[in-house]
Amino acid sequence: MSAQSLAAPTRITLEAALLDWLMPMHLWLDGKGRIRRSGATLTRLCDGTAPLGRHFSEVVEVRRPHSVSEIAELMSLDGCGMRLVLREHRDIALRGVVGLLPEGEGVLVNLALGMSGVEAAARAGLTMTDFAPTDQSVDLLYLIEANARVTAAWKEMSIRQRAARLAAEEQAFTDTLTGLKNRRALEAVMDRVTAPERPAPFAVMHVDLDYFKAVNDSLGHAAGDHVLHQVAHILRQETRSGDFVARLGGDEFVVVLRDCGDRALVERIAGRILERLESPLRFDGQECRISASIGSTLSSHYRRLQSSRLLGDADRALYRSKHQGRGRHTIFQPET
Amino acid sequence: MHGLINRSIQNFICDTYGEHIWKTTAADAGIAPEDFEPMLLYEDAVTQRMVDSACRLLGRRRADLLEDLGTFLVTDPSRPALRRLLRFGGRNFLCFLYSLDDLDDRLRIPLADLVVPRLALGQVAAGVYTLEVAPGLPGFGHVLVGLLRAMADDFGALITPHCHELGSGRAALRIELHENRFAEARRFTLAAAR
Repeated sequence: MSAQSLAAPTRITLEAALLDWLMPMHLWLDGKGRIRRSGATLTRLCDGTAPLGRHFSEVVEVRRPHSVSEIAELMSLDGCGMRLVLREHRDIALRGVVGLLPEGEGVLVNLALGMSGVEAAARAGLTMTDFAPTDQSVDLLYLIEANARVTAAWKEMSIRQRAARLAAEEQAFTDTLTGLKNRRALEAVMDRVTAPERPAPFAVMHVDLDYFKAVNDSLGHAAGDHVLHQVAHILRQETRSGDFVARLGGDEFVVVLRDCGDRALVERIAGRILERLESPLRFDGQECRISASIGSTLSSHYRRLQSSRLLGDADRALYRSKHQGRGRHTIFQPET
Repeated sequence: MHGLINRSIQNFICDTYGEHIWKTTAADAGIAPEDFEPMLLYEDAVTQRMVDSACRLLGRRRADLLEDLGTFLVTDPSRPALRRLLRFGGRNFLCFLYSLDDLDDRLRIPLADLVVPRLALGQVAAGVYTLEVAPGLPGFGHVLVGLLRAMADDFGALITPHCHELGSGRAALRIELHENRFAEARRFTLAAAR
């Protein structure tokens, strides 16, 4: 065999059907830029009608390397990659390459879906058989979908964990017996109300039950728990919705009255609480008699707000109430 | 073991036999009562204990239960993801069979730590294929039998698959493909419904 016959041929002839199979998204243009033939997949993307006879610039819009409207400009891009979109489906991003055919045969433009065009083309109804088997568009769609699923799974897990954390935090701030807030929640609230440079006025009220031990001892713990529930209920009822009520443990409660710089208001609320707690509570047909001693202080007494100091002063006022015979309320008086 | 696998088994037992069977299975296998997190990893032994407990409680052969699991994985209408992702493997069942050589890689791209055994397809006669299952996931061969049968249904093909366990987690499947186009394939669009 001669050396010449071993050399690869420089020209091949393709049947149109084979061209379709190899390049289902080709455009074959004549010397004036009119479409002579379009690949089957490209035809599908043009809503099923082959754009025969139309000028290429009516069908595709070349964007990179620069806009192109004349066939001569297109031919000068021979061998160069292009980015373009379909004029009637601008969401279908395409990549393309221009190949010059022999003199008089025109120009072959082969197109492929760009990264963002693949999903749009799938939405426009392309199926697996519309892609050449060597085309990785379908794999790209697989990856896009798989990736979306995995991302969604991570997101769902984060949401579950967040909900679990919030529930745990809520529990950590709640007194499980009465459903009131607990000591930790009180610390957090005191930090919050004392933090601003110009805090809104507030009052702290320390409530301690009288004769609670007697109820526990004579009627049992179930009765004691019932009383604590009732007290919690009364404290919530007799305070305002923005106020904060906590049980510190045992029969000790703290109320933080928000937006309260008024002694009279503190007196009124304390008076109502005392009155309610003086009337006997019932448990299992038995009467439980308790009362309460209350000590309060107002934020307006202080130049510098310190949570521990306010709580300590309310506590001192509470002990004054106890010493003076229980069932009463005392407001802390700063020394002048 | 990847949580996705454990969670799939949990879903299968829950949906097929009921929540109480799942709870009993979990208790019997010494598994915490919380749901498996699909994105976390668990000890391998947990998976095998869970399958063993379910078989014992339900009085079912392990091979049968795992085959049903495989079918469930691609037919459960409320969890269409796996069926869709597998359909990307090819335009017909035969193309899909050929894609199984890459299955482990295809799964590893979105889920880097999901380890499934490598599969190797071979052909022994016209319409008769073998699928070698590498070791790593004991019982996976049986799961594949159920999964392939369901995927054949999906593609409209007619097959009879058999699994021979070869020990130490290896398996060999024999797949007789009677008809690649026996019935109309179930609809599959490239774009997922939104």
